[in-house]
Amino acid sequence: MIAQKFEYTAPKSLDEALHLLSSGAKPLAGGMSLIPMMKLRLAVPEHLVDLRALKDLNYIREAGGQLHIGATASHYEIESSALLRQKCPLLTETAASIGDVQVRNMGTIGGSVAHADPAADYPAALAALEAKFVLKGAKAERTVSAADFFVDAFSTALQPGEILREVIVPIDDARTGTSYKKMVQPASGFAIVGVAARVRQNAGKVSFVRLGITGLSNHAYRATAAEKALEGKPATPNDIQNAAALVTQGVDANSDLHASADYRRHLAVVHAARAIGTAISRIA
Amino acid sequence: MATTTTKTETFVGKRVRRREDPRLITGTATYVEDIQMPGMHYAVILRSPHAAARIRSIKAKQAEAAPGVVCVFTGKDTKGVGVVPCGIAMPDLRVPQHNILATDRVYFVGHPVAVVVARDRYLARDAAELIEVDYDILPAVADPEKALTKGAPAVHPQWPDNIAFTYHQDGGNVDKVFAEADVVVKQRIVSQRLVPMAMETRGVVAEWRGADRQLNLYTSTQIPHLVRTLVAGMLGLEENRTRVIAPEVGGGFGSKLNVYAEEALMGFVSMRIQKPVKWIESRRENFTCTTHGRGHVDYYEIAAKRDGTILGIKLKLIQDVGAYHQLLTPLIPQLSVLMMPGLYNTQNIRADIVGVFTNCVPTDAYRGAGRPEATHGIERMVDILAAELKMDPAQIRLKNFVTKDKFPYATATGLMYDSGDYAAPLKKALDLVGYVKLRQEQADLRKQGKYMGIGISTYGEICAIGPSPATPAGGWESATVKIEPSGKITILTGACPHGQGEETTFAQIAADELGVGLDDILVTRGDTAVVQYGIGTFGSRATAVGGTALYYALQDLKAKIKKFGAMLLESDDVTLVGGQVVCDKTGKAKPLREIAGASYRALKLPPNTEPGLIATRFWEPPNFTFPFGAHIVVTDIDSETGQIKVRRYVAVDDCGNILNPLIVDGQVHGGVAQGLGQALWEQAVYDDNGQLITGELTDYALPRAHLMPWIESHHTCTPSPVNPLGVKGVGEAGTIGCSPAVVNSAVDALSPLGVRHIDMPLTPEKIWKLLAKKN
Ligand SMILES: Cc1cc2nc3c(=O)[nH]c(=O)nc-3n(C[C@H](O)[C@H](O)[C@H](O)COP(=O)(O)OP(=O)(O)OC[C@H]3O[C@@H](n4cnc5c(N)ncnc54)[C@H](O)[C@@H]3O)c2cc1C
Repeated sequence: MIAQKFEYTAPKSLDEALHLLSSGAKPLAGGMSLIPMMKLRLAVPEHLVDLRALKDLNYIREAGGQLHIGATASHYEIESSALLRQKCPLLTETAASIGDVQVRNMGTIGGSVAHADPAADYPAALAALEAKFVLKGAKAERTVSAADFFVDAFSTALQPGEILREVIVPIDDARTGTSYKKMVQPASGFAIVGVAARVRQNAGKVSFVRLGITGLSNHAYRATAAEKALEGKPATPNDIQNAAALVTQGVDANSDLHASADYRRHLAVVHAARAIGTAISRIA
Repeated sequence: MATTTTKTETFVGKRVRRREDPRLITGTATYVEDIQMPGMHYAVILRSPHAAARIRSIKAKQAEAAPGVVCVFTGKDTKGVGVVPCGIAMPDLRVPQHNILATDRVYFVGHPVAVVVARDRYLARDAAELIEVDYDILPAVADPEKALTKGAPAVHPQWPDNIAFTYHQDGGNVDKVFAEADVVVKQRIVSQRLVPMAMETRGVVAEWRGADRQLNLYTSTQIPHLVRTLVAGMLGLEENRTRVIAPEVGGGFGSKLNVYAEEALMGFVSMRIQKPVKWIESRRENFTCTTHGRGHVDYYEIAAKRDGTILGIKLKLIQDVGAYHQLLTPLIPQLSVLMMPGLYNTQNIRADIVGVFTNCVPTDAYRGAGRPEATHGIERMVDILAAELKMDPAQIRLKNFVTKDKFPYATATGLMYDSGDYAAPLKKALDLVGYVKLRQEQADLRKQGKYMGIGISTYGEICAIGPSPATPAGGWESATVKIEPSGKITILTGACPHGQGEETTFAQIAADELGVGLDDILVTRGDTAVVQYGIGTFGSRATAVGGTALYYALQDLKAKIKKFGAMLLESDDVTLVGGQVVCDKTGKAKPLREIAGASYRALKLPPNTEPGLIATRFWEPPNFTFPFGAHIVVTDIDSETGQIKVRRYVAVDDCGNILNPLIVDGQVHGGVAQGLGQALWEQAVYDDNGQLITGELTDYALPRAHLMPWIESHHTCTPSPVNPLGVKGVGEAGTIGCSPAVVNSAVDALSPLGVRHIDMPLTPEKIWKLLAKKN
């Protein structure tokens, strides 16, 4: 468990960081995914640029009617943010479900989504929130949607030399309830399956619903068939069940030591129903 | 001047806080990894990535030329070193030659192939990558039952049937009772392979002092003296010039009750380079080169009368040995056979063990060592029998227990149970958990389609290991007590406790015997140059055997203290009380400090008495001790996901007299945690190629603090007549009692679906599949 030799830079500015990254260096955030891989020599970067040295990447703020979360905001900072608790409780709930206290103290939202582990928790919530990801390279900045950001297992829209600068999520009104339900893989703490639900009701009917699923397949996705099935319905237990049954539609489920594909699919349905139910129960 | 406090306060039986904890909690304890020496070098071991392969060639030139590298050794270089020892002798035992480095062949993933020595551990690790080993990969076998089938790959080519040993035990008349029985129930029960996973991995620092022909070996071990004897033998060194030190040991659980290749290898390296060398096992290595535990496939049969009376038990036990025998490997399943009847009164027993070689890490002792497997087997079988006969699982146990009036009780397996009242903890546990009410609740929940289970396990175990004729290396233990001239007291225990709490309990015993305060006493262990020969800490023996040696050493010293006191007080009628010798007639007293001073100053000596206050005793136990208890677990099963939630955990353990309830609770909690680990989460899974696919902590699910239920720990007390302290042992009880209670609970919950048995770990997916079958 000894990493290969590497260089380390704590950059003074974002420009310096981007310059180093454009010449082949790798960003280091909380190190909770990267360092274990380096110790096993599954990753052998020659040069690490520590993004946490950049204080101006670490923020959680409201601007222009949206919430902006800097890439190096830690899971703990998100979990304990009063602003998020009030205006985007789905994200605080999700952050609180990650790993253990030590991991939440070190790990960052930017690192988690850039790493794009198929079993990571944030991607479910960020898919349901239709989050926007601000990607910055040495020359330009661009914004991509969650749907476009998560490409495959451990693969995102980030280009070499680019960093994720911030994540932007909407502020929901009081008629929206949210919930994140997760089946925990007991060894790692990651999600065998995780479902984030965001549901709005109007006059006793579901007027808007977003479901983000993680863990089931190679990357997080929105279960649009299930969303459509629930929209306009009064959300009786039957409605919920029928919608939840559709969350795995068209998805190639993963299978591993911890859960077979069939069981994963089953868990996705169960957790979708539970997340929807809880989300609705939380509508003010 | 230092004074010894004299106290009439007693300590035995009280919740005295652990005196070893401050250094552990504040991170100031010294582990092997913390040892630094001038000129220290670092070793990294290259290990086989294949489970079975011939080594065609090893090219180390590039590694040898790498920056900072001093040398690379392979199996050719270490041919003169003795083999890794198997401490068990038995008829027909096949012992493969276990070299410290592979020579022409590798037998498991993790098998050491070469060692790189450099002046920096990073450079050593880099250089290890430059070694080119040309492997001719061979078919491997990882599953013991597959290994027994015809045509399976031979782990050791000289033994194509893969049989490492067989062992047979017969008691009573098994054939007759099976023929006459009203019912016979059968079940295949697996106790899966586990990784003991001490928080501190292994590690060795070897320091050869050529001018003195002396090797100092720092190693994370439970048995420093045995390591000294055996490693000195492997290296051809003189035992008195081999010093083994077990510094702080961060958990062993049986995995450090061994002599490992790396211990001799580091000695070899240090002698070659004439410099100290350090090797610290990585977590990855810990998974693939430190012994695993369990690894049983058991075929049980129980014969009984219709009224539930157990008549006899048959067991065919397949033990996954792994590629080699480590120190005690073949002994572990024999402990299972000894414990096979559990707490039940049957004299008809038949057991057949087959030890099977596989291309896996060797198995050996792991917390409970053979007894958890046996208890899991018998306690599952009794539940299966109860279900077959539609009897209540508590009732069938109460019906079959060896009754209180039968002790000492000779078992069909050759043991003599020392003392017991087996119904007492069960009745207490049933009361505590509210059994009758729970059964009513269960009936109501079943009507609502909900699955709740109540699982009982009543276990017995073999502790205080053990009488020397019944152990491979001597089963006695030693203690020295020294009262220094200032009256301060040093205890040297041969038992080498490593975190179990004897630094506290031994001080409690000595404080009460001598009438002094705990702070006047220091308990020292773990250094063969300081401590007289001892055996070690395992098999819940340190207190029951080592504590007894201490007790007798204290009696010797007390007699001597009284002699000096009598001399100083010029009276024959004296009493040792409250840390002083008091003249019964005049009431005049001499404190221990003054007596100790006088004994060393020796201006005057009592008749036939030598100066000084020191006593050493080696105590040979006449028998094992046999603790017992009842654990009851209540679980709720999520009918959608199959997830099991432990609602209640009631443990009633009878470990004889309790010296320190706080420490006993701690042992029970830790034991239960590891039992739950086996029942619910842990499994060492090998694929067909012999790759360990749960070889990381991200895949091997250890019990974590936040996964633990609240453990309601209670006791009954049946003192042991085997030792004067009346203690039995409690280090493994939690683990032994736990897993069958959990599984019985889950099976009980699912019994309306016709479920009779589930193998561990009880993963949610397994449970879901059983639930899904119903629909
Ligand atoms: C014991 C343990 C348990 C865990 N449990 C969970 C869990 O339950 N759920 C869960 O979701 N996760 C879990 N994780 C993962 C954890 O959340 C990590 O923190 C996260 O995956 C990575 O974030 P990091 O800040 O540590 O990133 P790092 O490890 O530093 O980096 C990860 C990768 O992202 C890149 N990177 C980092 N920041 C950026 C950026 N701003 N722009 C571009 N690239 C970037 C790095 O170069 C690297 O490739 C666990 C981790 C551990 C060790």
